Amino acid sequence: MDFVPENALVIMEGVTKNYDGVVALDNVDFTVSPGEAVCLVGENGSGKSTLIKILAGVEQATSGRITIGGKVYDTLSPRLSAAAGVMVIFQDFSLFPNLSVAENIAFSTQLGKNRRLFNKKHVYEIARKTLDRVGVDIDLGTIVETLPVAHKQLVAICRALASNARLIIMDEPTTALTEREVSILLDIIRRLKKDGVAVIFVSHKLAEVLEVSEKVVILRNGKKVAQGPASTFDAASLTRNMTGRDVAEASPRPIDPSAPVLLHVKDLHKEGAFENINFDLHEGEVLGVSGLLGSGRTPLAKALFGLVVPEKGMIKLGDKSIVLGDPLTAAAAGIGYVPEDRLTEGLFLTQSIVRNVSIGRLDNHQNAGLLNMKSLFRESGDWLKRLKVKTPDIGSPVTSLSGGNQQRVVLSRWLSRAPKVLILNGPSVGVDVGSKSEIHDIIHELALSGIGIIVISDDLPELLATCQRILVMKSGVITDEVSGKNITEDELARRMAS
Amino acid sequence: MNNLSPKNNMFSSPEARLAVIAIVVFITMAALSPERFLSPQNMTSMAFQFPEFAILALAMTITMLTGGIDLSVVGISNLSAVIGATILTQFAGPDIAGIEMAMWIGIAIAISISVGMLAGLFNGIIIAIFGLPPILATLGSGLVFTGLAVALTGGSAVLGLPSGVAWLGNETVFGVPVPVILFAILALGLSFLLARTSFGLKIQMYGTNPLAAQFAALDVNRLLMKVYMVSGVYSAIAGMVIMSRANSAKADYGSSYLLLAVLIAVLGGINPYGGYGRIIGVVLAVLSMQFLSSGLNMLQVSNFSRELIWGMLLIFVMIVNTQKGFKLNLGKTPQTKSGK
Amino acid sequence: MKKLFSKSFWIRNETLVAIVIIAFIIIASISDPRFLSMPTLTDLLRGGIVLGIFAVGVMVVLISGGIDVSFTAVAVFAMYTTTLFLVTFVPELSWYWAFGISMLIGAALGAINGIFIAWFGLPTLIVTLGTLSIYRGFLLTFVGSKLISNLPPDMRDFSRLMMFRNTNADGSFYSLPWAFAALVIVVIITWFILYRTTLGRSIFAIGGSIESARRIGINVRATQFFVYVYVGTLAGLAGIIYASMSRVANPFDLVGLELSVIAAVVLGGARLIGGYGTLTGTLLGVALIVIVRNSLIVIGIPSTWQSVAIGVLILVGTGLPAWQAKRAAARAS
Repeated sequence: MDFVPENALVIMEGVTKNYDGVVALDNVDFTVSPGEAVCLVGENGSGKSTLIKILAGVEQATSGRITIGGKVYDTLSPRLSAAAGVMVIFQDFSLFPNLSVAENIAFSTQLGKNRRLFNKKHVYEIARKTLDRVGVDIDLGTIVETLPVAHKQLVAICRALASNARLIIMDEPTTALTEREVSILLDIIRRLKKDGVAVIFVSHKLAEVLEVSEKVVILRNGKKVAQGPASTFDAASLTRNMTGRDVAEASPRPIDPSAPVLLHVKDLHKEGAFENINFDLHEGEVLGVSGLLGSGRTPLAKALFGLVVPEKGMIKLGDKSIVLGDPLTAAAAGIGYVPEDRLTEGLFLTQSIVRNVSIGRLDNHQNAGLLNMKSLFRESGDWLKRLKVKTPDIGSPVTSLSGGNQQRVVLSRWLSRAPKVLILNGPSVGVDVGSKSEIHDIIHELALSGIGIIVISDDLPELLATCQRILVMKSGVITDEVSGKNITEDELARRMAS
Repeated sequence: MNNLSPKNNMFSSPEARLAVIAIVVFITMAALSPERFLSPQNMTSMAFQFPEFAILALAMTITMLTGGIDLSVVGISNLSAVIGATILTQFAGPDIAGIEMAMWIGIAIAISISVGMLAGLFNGIIIAIFGLPPILATLGSGLVFTGLAVALTGGSAVLGLPSGVAWLGNETVFGVPVPVILFAILALGLSFLLARTSFGLKIQMYGTNPLAAQFAALDVNRLLMKVYMVSGVYSAIAGMVIMSRANSAKADYGSSYLLLAVLIAVLGGINPYGGYGRIIGVVLAVLSMQFLSSGLNMLQVSNFSRELIWGMLLIFVMIVNTQKGFKLNLGKTPQTKSGK
Repeated sequence: MKKLFSKSFWIRNETLVAIVIIAFIIIASISDPRFLSMPTLTDLLRGGIVLGIFAVGVMVVLISGGIDVSFTAVAVFAMYTTTLFLVTFVPELSWYWAFGISMLIGAALGAINGIFIAWFGLPTLIVTLGTLSIYRGFLLTFVGSKLISNLPPDMRDFSRLMMFRNTNADGSFYSLPWAFAALVIVVIITWFILYRTTLGRSIFAIGGSIESARRIGINVRATQFFVYVYVGTLAGLAGIIYASMSRVANPFDLVGLELSVIAAVVLGGARLIGGYGTLTGTLLGVALIVIVRNSLIVIGIPSTWQSVAIGVLILVGTGLPAWQAKRAAARAS
């Protein structure tokens, strides 16, 4: 048992959670004091979301003791947690897109007071007060749907505060924010802490929130593996603790200066997303595009594949100009795109593995209007084997695979189309560490075979491990170009943020 | 087995349950009134009744597989029938015979089916290019198609068709009613299309996740246009059968078939949110419906109770489907059960 | 970005529908000066009573994120059963008893929908499609399928109660029945529920995001249940008014009207995905449909083109915002 401060707001002692025999959380101790900010860190499957769910009352712990505000709870329910002042802000914010800012903030308080009648003035008053407390100004009558993401997050924070939150749990709070928005958020967090509100950040990327946090707690495989003052951690020690090992990464092969230019991008411009983008990609080169969220890296990636329509500029593959804003011609010309969000953009979840792989090749296996199932299965199976996807049956649903293998399914889909250029947006997001380095190996191999690869990512170790050159984007412009081997992670981070 | 779809437990699949339902209904009806239900007359009369709405259900099915719906199927079938019938009455007339009759009927059918195809293309364009939700797009276009049929005919039936028209809906070949053969061909065709062609697989993939389809560089717009064109053609064929059986065409024939078609498709296990469905399910749903309504007719139960029993069957099957196993396929349901 | 709002005013359905109505009135008054008159107005109002009550109910369902196609069957079931009951047992009963019974039956049938939707979690379209068949089938099989033309006297008299009646300068006669007050009352009550009660806000909330509603502790089941009971009640009311105004109870009436009503509501700006809908828009949508039905001929379009006109209105009315939204999505990245 750790040292527990006297005034602790939440004390979790020896909390364990089993799901059908699988231990998701193993005898974890965890405390939060009023006004304290804690970073809860871990990879996917480390147990951090289970811990949060138990605290929010969504899941019940198998064993262990939870004390909130001095009161011991045998079991928590969402209602009890909320009444004790524990509020979770999910990544999707759980707002009502069709209602006004004021109503979103005050709805739960209205419910809590069991008010039958809806008093607009009263609701606006509550909302106004809460916004003042946070120190931001958003028009109360605006429909939430039309707000930018950062404002939606603020509305979610205000809603938690309006229902007397004493502990706010934020799930990946910075992923969707731009630099400036992050700094505004951090100011607000500081204010809340002064007010005595405690905050837990749940994340796997913490560089940004470390500076307002007092404590870091790291989970791995359901166990607490490290804990300490935030000042004693840096990115490297976080990663080491999260993964439990130093993953040996192959470093990228030196650039072959004689390799011909494969992709030529000239003066690409899209209002409000990116401007004046110029670069060349050589055969066999792995080019990184990095930048914080909102820097324009994802719109640029999508524009290269035609999913975003640039207003002007030119993309040439070899000596052929590619029609802007049309994924079909981009794909036909030999550009492939592995999207960022595998579950919603990449996969057809209820469909089989083989269908997920072969979707881009169906027309090629059709003879006289008839699909040749045998060749279709053979080709997909071959690709899956080459990418080392382990599955007993490629006819089973793609949901039966792990995150890393699912990513390889999407990769196989594009590889089977023999692309010349492959754009990988966040190639290892939500993939466990082992698979991650294997995916990096695959990237090296593909580059060796002559494919030009663009890796879009804000995962700096990943960029440094895979890319020969890295373009740094800020506010839609390429501000820097660095060669992968003579730059350190810290230096790259500095260039991205400055 | 080169089955590309995810494996379903045989007994948990909606089709297996439907097969049981169809058999139970058949046996019950046969037991209750063996000499009448199993009589050749009843069999033939059943066989002539179901194809017209069954074909409309197939038209509905293909659009539902993409997560859409086609509320204009009846409108399309009446519009194409009215146009076909008008051509026949204007240029051929009731007294025509022989080669000339066959020629004119051929022309009329070709034009009717083209009308269906164009109407479907229209649906496809407003859905794919203009982004209207399918339910509203086809609700509106259905009114337009029906309205055009009303405007063309002034709302009255087109009568005086050549005698050969009756063949399609009333004759038999080797003892099998022509409309049944037609339905069988269309059902097999659609089933084949879905399982063994690139187009069919793409339909199911699109229905599973339209966004991923776009990211996989599927030609989504063309796909949707083709889907609604197929639906239009099937509707037009249903219109030909109705015209033949009624020996006339009218703007408001078969108006009760619209909801029936939706009902059969859903009963047949087609996921209304797209991505999952098998034609065998639809066929079984059609058979269950037909056994049920004919059987009830035999038992002197009023005609209207058919509707009652259809509705009950639909809700019963949905409850069974949602309570077990089917949840996976309804992954995109906006209303998940749970919640406290 | 902010400019989008003023632009969006012009593509809002309410505005569009209002413009079409005004344009229609201008063209109609030019081609027939007698068009702009009290009789036209009262005809429009009279024609909008039943359609309007239905539409208000459907709007509430659409706001909650569902859809109901069974309300016409509920209406005809409630209306016919009530009338049959009164005629057979207590023909002398007052009209408000008839109204009460019919609304009660409507509420009960709505409750059945509500149970399937809120507790069994079935998709709303499929449930109401099924109950549409069930209610109508049950009515025609077990209650009756014959027209009742000798309505209870008080029900018949109700439709003759006029708020006002008058004669125009040109001798044409016009009047507005008290039944119209029912629509007004329904609109006021619905407005109050939707905008002045937590229940009403919860209806908007579950239409906006059912998952979020659960998370903040809205009783989603109870809210959904209420919605379907409410639509059922309104359908019962609309049904009995329909019978009273048409002076017969015909068990084959009303069913088939559901898609037109939904069309009117959608024209008025309610979204099928839920969360959005206004009474102004809905009533404008109803007005447009009634005008097109009654007066297409005045602007020189033969009445056989009626359903083409309504269809085109739906396509344009829903197509413009959809097209706009699609372009906006393409512009954003």
